[in-house]
Amino acid sequence: MIRLVSQPFDPGEALAGFCRGRSETGAIASFTGLARAEAGQTTLLELEAYPVFTEREIGRHEAAAVARFGLQDVLILHRTGPIPPGEAIVFVATAAAHRRAAFEACDFLMDYLKSRAPFWKKETGPDGARWIEPTDRDRDDLARWETS
Amino acid sequence: MARVLLFGRLADVAGWRERDIPARTLGELRGWIATEDPALFEALQAPAVRTAVDQSLVSLDVDLRPDSEVAFLPPMSGG
Repeated sequence: MIRLVSQPFDPGEALAGFCRGRSETGAIASFTGLARAEAGQTTLLELEAYPVFTEREIGRHEAAAVARFGLQDVLILHRTGPIPPGEAIVFVATAAAHRRAAFEACDFLMDYLKSRAPFWKKETGPDGARWIEPTDRDRDDLARWETS
Repeated sequence: MARVLLFGRLADVAGWRERDIPARTLGELRGWIATEDPALFEALQAPAVRTAVDQSLVSLDVDLRPDSEVAFLPPMSGG
């Protein structure tokens, strides 16, 4: 399930909720991404989404991850709007029978979210604002999944 | 008439985020932008900018309905 959230969320609470009531899940992996201050260079991040389109595109990749890694369940929370340093931007949790699938699917989903998911990210700091686009590193990270 | 949505840096270039533009096809819409806002038109030419019509990505010219929604999407980055 993907949920866009406009308010701060507690990743610990999200993980606890995701773990609850499972008797056939042997492994849950999770990732939390936080907004970084970059030594004072970033005072605010702003994330823009295209409602419905963004959820649907992420949903397609979520389904691909479920099929590829044999997941039992996925939860993705992604912030939109203004986000100050220290707050969680993204949370991904994957549930599987065994750990390898859970770890790999979490990694796969984060690589997708960094460079392909329909979000636009603006960084504001003392020198003004700039739009962040995927780096070569982000693209290389995603390419790892295309050959294997 | 189509409802046009701009995301990310494209909205900064144009100075608007959402507006109606008279056009019956995507090609006509691009033509209107080329005439009315050359800076936005140039920004839309970047190969990484993708276009969605009624929430589906398109790569060729398509017909627009009177209530179509056209979104121009610059390179995406989440997380």
